[in-house]
Amino acid sequence: MIATLLSGDLPRSRVLAFLLAGIFVSLAAAPFLFPGTRSLDVAARICVFILLVASYDLLLGYTGIVSFAHTMFFGIGGYGIGIAIARLDATWTAVAAGTAAALALSLVLSFVVGLFSLRVKAIFFAMITLAVASFFAILASQLSHITGGEDGITFRVPELLRTRVNAYYVVFGASLVLFLALLRVVNSPFGRVLLAIRENDFRAEALGYRTVVYRTLANCLGAAVATLAGALYALWLRYTGPNTTLDFSIMIDILLMVVIGGMGTLYGAVLGATLFVVAQNYLQDAMKAVSSAAQGLPLLPDLFHPDRWLLWLGILFILSVYYFPTGIVGYLRRR
Amino acid sequence: MKIGRFDLIPILLVVAVTAGAAGLIGSASTWVTLTVAGLAMGLLIFIMASGLTLVFGLMDVMNFAHGLFIAVGAYVAASVMKAFGGTLGALAPAILGAMLVAGVLGLFFERIIIRPVYGQHLKQILITTGGMIVAEQLIHVLWGPDLLPLPRPEALRGAFLFGDIVLERYRITAVALGLLVFVGLVLVLNRTRLGLLIRAGVENKEMVEAMGYRIGLLFVGVFVAGSALAGLGGALWGMYQEAVTVAIGAQMMVLIFIVIIIGGLGSVTGCFVGALLVGLVANYVGYLSPKVALGSNILIMVLVLLWRPQGLYPVGKA
Amino acid sequence: MFPVLELKGVNTHIGRYHILQGVDFSVPKNQLTMLLGRNGAGKTTCLRTIMGLWRASAGQILFEGRDLGKQPTRAIANLGIGYVPESMGIFAGLTVRENLVLAARSGPLDEARLDWIFRYFEALKRFWDLPAGNLSGGQKQMLAIARAIIEPRKLVLVDEPTKGLAPAIIQNLVEAFAELKKTDTTILMVEQNFHAARALGDSVAVMDSGRIVHAGSMKDLAADEALQNRLLGLSLEAHQ
Repeated sequence: MIATLLSGDLPRSRVLAFLLAGIFVSLAAAPFLFPGTRSLDVAARICVFILLVASYDLLLGYTGIVSFAHTMFFGIGGYGIGIAIARLDATWTAVAAGTAAALALSLVLSFVVGLFSLRVKAIFFAMITLAVASFFAILASQLSHITGGEDGITFRVPELLRTRVNAYYVVFGASLVLFLALLRVVNSPFGRVLLAIRENDFRAEALGYRTVVYRTLANCLGAAVATLAGALYALWLRYTGPNTTLDFSIMIDILLMVVIGGMGTLYGAVLGATLFVVAQNYLQDAMKAVSSAAQGLPLLPDLFHPDRWLLWLGILFILSVYYFPTGIVGYLRRR
Repeated sequence: MKIGRFDLIPILLVVAVTAGAAGLIGSASTWVTLTVAGLAMGLLIFIMASGLTLVFGLMDVMNFAHGLFIAVGAYVAASVMKAFGGTLGALAPAILGAMLVAGVLGLFFERIIIRPVYGQHLKQILITTGGMIVAEQLIHVLWGPDLLPLPRPEALRGAFLFGDIVLERYRITAVALGLLVFVGLVLVLNRTRLGLLIRAGVENKEMVEAMGYRIGLLFVGVFVAGSALAGLGGALWGMYQEAVTVAIGAQMMVLIFIVIIIGGLGSVTGCFVGALLVGLVANYVGYLSPKVALGSNILIMVLVLLWRPQGLYPVGKA
Repeated sequence: MFPVLELKGVNTHIGRYHILQGVDFSVPKNQLTMLLGRNGAGKTTCLRTIMGLWRASAGQILFEGRDLGKQPTRAIANLGIGYVPESMGIFAGLTVRENLVLAARSGPLDEARLDWIFRYFEALKRFWDLPAGNLSGGQKQMLAIARAIIEPRKLVLVDEPTKGLAPAIIQNLVEAFAELKKTDTTILMVEQNFHAARALGDSVAVMDSGRIVHAGSMKDLAADEALQNRLLGLSLEAHQ
């Protein structure tokens, strides 16, 4: 039964299965296992980012496209909710309308972007997505009468979501369902064709698969899921703004998570996101301890300063690209 | 429209933009001020971007961490200026220091980070992005997270006044230095054997190797030179802004990408014209319609690509 | 006379494809050796392997008696081997002069050699300061050859120089090569044009499916039509 739920994509490694199960249980029972607003917030972030990173893995790991514009779709989802609720009040209709509008916009944009990706070389495309993403971020901060500018939009949420625990389970449930749906997609014939295209798009084309269609579909699907992740995030934070969704640092974070976790596996997103968000919130405390212990020594206190946690993750990221191109998941599966 | 074999149309485009802006702005003095500012900014961007476009043209390597050399250059310059008391005499060591450190860093980067992933574009993008993350953090470690002031030397402060026209001394210096770099690059590329090698290598690396040249050494040389130029650009840009933050590199990267895409990947002339265009437009639009300003360059990029998809001066690849 | 170049049991793999499957032949000094064979026989792969652009997976390549081993292309070129690839490899953005300057590694262009080149490739003089990209196909080929011989070479590898050229130009090239042979140059040429091959070749080696299936003097092969038919099949008539 688990096999069907996971669409046949089993962990294939005892350690990995154990870790995944552990993460699942921790997230499912988070309000009870880790009471406290902060821990619940961390858990919710993990859910959202698992989804966001998984949607990015669809592009990077399965289709082989490097895009720096993914945060744009994340932001569109968030702003969809924010703007809708600000205009229409905190009802489920507003949420539905906002999500629908956001999805529509994302699908159109990802369609255009997807078509464009096929006409140009990968590096060119990556640079352009960088420009597009920054353009969008500028747009968001400039159109302040719609988007709230730099400050973003704070809003109330529908009645049900006002209790933290309820809101959490909505986020958790939706993330779980969407993640399993992604798993289904990558394990379907469609997913296999994507992998074939990633390996050798000439051959795939020669075999009769219209790579244009598949790539565009993958782009749209990835964008759609990212948009939904953005909507969930906004509902949880009760806020949306350029800093929480469109900042380039978030794009970097996604890259870190997907590469360290393991590209092209989807489970890598789970491990990567969990590792990253936990580190973001708790590693800093550990580093602070090391930093104060090393007081007086040259450089060390600065290297281990809690604000420098990204340094270590960055080093881990570089090492992953060189030595563990398949990330933690790949490494565990090979043992 | 060509002179001999040189395509003048993009240059005419830049001239047209300046002329058009004159019409829209109205006031001659404002126009002059903005134009000089635009040229200064454009030329500084050119200095920073020229290395990147050559590296890409020659080595097919896109270094997403290029901004880091800019940042390092700016920081080193700030430290040196401070150490020497911020006088005009400190300018030369500051600039040279910036170029030296950036160049050495470039050497290290090419060997350790880039060389293992030649030809693998996906990994290159990832690794250079990772390198940028780590380097940014290291800058924080070495220089602290706060904004570092980078004041201009006394002699370069202030401005010349011609009636209503205000020409900042520093901007003029920046324009002069930028032109110097451009002329220098053009001379090296067209009058020296090294330049010949680089131009040939951009077209067909394999043939250059089959003619007995160490293409690997050429790569390293160009990469280091590009990094040093970025460092120079960073130092000068930092002085332009009069402050240095870690974000300086990342901020410029988007503009630099736009410039080299507009110019044509691998073309120094294209980079020059593209940079002028970007600098001028940023300043004109910044005055005429500040809201649109930030996005205007991206719009230009889209327009240029629609006209010439390979950039203003496409580089023919074998 | 010992051979300038000797291939012994050379195998080359490209990815999964086993292109050269044990190539044995030698190139005698001061002669023009023709490497003939059908499309896909492995002739270009042979030249590229000698130049080090592709690595031999097994076997030996001996240049002047010394094993080239795993030397990089640059080192092999500097041993005195010139290369004219199938795609000609001229630098379109550089002028004709700049192309030649680059090829003359040891210094300034030799006037005497230049005069020789201009005599047979007079178009190069006309286009001297213009970008090589402006040259016609035949003229580009002339430039590619000129580049390979602008300085004395111990061995010149030429890959299908007559490919895609008009008969008049081919004749021009054949005359130039005939003249070149009179100077002490060893040439290994891949050709599909049997007429040109017969006119220029002293020795001949025929390849099929990655192996040498015949080696000997061109005179003998030219005289034996039955043998030509067997080895080269249609390619001989089709490329008259």
